[in-house]
Amino acid sequence: MDNEIKRELILEHFNNPVNKGLVDDPSYIKESKSNASCIDHFTIELKLEDDIVKDIRFDGEACAIATSSLSIAISKLIGKTKEEAINIIDNYNKMIAHEEYDKDLLEELNIYEDISKQPARVNCALLGINGIKDILKK
Amino acid sequence: MDYVNEFPILKTGLIYFDNGATTLKPKRVLDKMNDYYLNYPSNAHRGDYTLSLKASKELEDSRTCVKDFINAKSNKEIVFTSGSTESMNMAIYGYFYHNLNKYDEVLITKAEHASNIVPWFDLENKLGIKVKYIPLNDDYTFSIDNLKESITNNTKVVSIAEITNVIGDTRDIKEITRLCHEKGIKVLVDAAQSAGHIKIDVQDTDVDFLAISAHKMLGPTGVGVLYGKEELLNEIDYKKGGGTTISFDSPKEIEYKELPYKLEAGTQNIAGIIGFREAINYVNEIGLDYIEKYTHDLKKYLVEKLSKLDNIILYNENVSGSTVAFNVKDVFAQDTAIYLDKFNICVRSGDHCDKKLGDELKIKNTVRVSLYFYNTKEECDKLVVALNNDKILEESLGV
Repeated sequence: MDNEIKRELILEHFNNPVNKGLVDDPSYIKESKSNASCIDHFTIELKLEDDIVKDIRFDGEACAIATSSLSIAISKLIGKTKEEAINIIDNYNKMIAHEEYDKDLLEELNIYEDISKQPARVNCALLGINGIKDILKK
Repeated sequence: MDYVNEFPILKTGLIYFDNGATTLKPKRVLDKMNDYYLNYPSNAHRGDYTLSLKASKELEDSRTCVKDFINAKSNKEIVFTSGSTESMNMAIYGYFYHNLNKYDEVLITKAEHASNIVPWFDLENKLGIKVKYIPLNDDYTFSIDNLKESITNNTKVVSIAEITNVIGDTRDIKEITRLCHEKGIKVLVDAAQSAGHIKIDVQDTDVDFLAISAHKMLGPTGVGVLYGKEELLNEIDYKKGGGTTISFDSPKEIEYKELPYKLEAGTQNIAGIIGFREAINYVNEIGLDYIEKYTHDLKKYLVEKLSKLDNIILYNENVSGSTVAFNVKDVFAQDTAIYLDKFNICVRSGDHCDKKLGDELKIKNTVRVSLYFYNTKEECDKLVVALNNDKILEESLGV
């Protein structure tokens, strides 16, 4: 994917993120995540039924990388089983850490593969998606 | 003036605009600290040998230096701490916690640093006191009239920053204290942003407590000062049990040392305190009047340039001070800061530890440029050139 398309995808998900806004429904599990070193802050809600991720919602204020990566992750993880979702998130973490990972599995999330060139962005790229993992591991 | 000899990092082309968070450290401060570690690295107030006496003398000379810097009456009124946050906490938990009662009111503003909000909230929870806000003007600055209107019969403390860390206006502490003392109200001043920027004279302003951080005025991190009037400091119950005592035969027979030592248990940050003295000397040599005028003029210069850019929203353009709070239209503050980092320009993004100011600004996060005397018009020009770009968000992404 060329950089122009990557940037467009990031900005599209930053400006119009999927599932923004909380439902405050007791069938969802809720989790708040903040980066200690910066100002990104998300509240994430996730609905799990029979081990399938039925829905994920979020709210909060965060930078373009944090918001877009969470938005793309949400659109990718809904409909997956709990195990599949955790596997995707684990591979995403490996990609960010420059470890071996399953590239095909991550699809659009591959656009963040070089994010560690900007060290300030690494935590942004992990905040939301690892928030989802925290809920799945509960 | 050229400062690269004292701040060699400036040779790299670094543009350091985050002085409100911490300033750069001059070489002479570091040399002074190294001198302690290399040539008389002994504990203070402990030994009978020459080296230790030298360390004690240097430390106490630093206390005298701080006393003179803020024109306190005596060295007893100067307590060394780890920074202004600890100083604020020592005054609030050590003094006010024991002197306030249910329904007593504390006045602060929404432009305060977290260390002047959170401890008071905690006291509201623990004691049932009430934390109230003095309303800010339309430009988010402080107003004496609003203070007058906020004072009630229950007001016992006014706790405010002399210069706020985002908006950057200077509050008239002398007038505030005069008004408060007429009504028996105590005044606690957070001077973290004002020390090293404007003259502080605690006898002239008559404040009751005042907090300073060394690292925001060329000194090392981990050093601060709590100033308090002697009779008030004497009442503080914030003792860290340890080497602050003369004798301790049994729980009923503990005898504490005199001020300020009874509030300074444990080995102090001796090198840091000695380094702080050198920082004060440097600030004095440059001159506080000069620093105040230079940074305020530089802010005006930067604001004038930034106001010509269509994509910049300014929040405190008409406030006299050394900070500029702004955003780039449709760009999150942190993305702007990360974008500017590519140009070796250091700015702060966020709520700047001032989570209540967002209520007033109607926006949570801003980019902040905070200036000091080593910043230049050329650096401001480079910032303006970098910001004169309609692709800031795209170019911040790093892909």
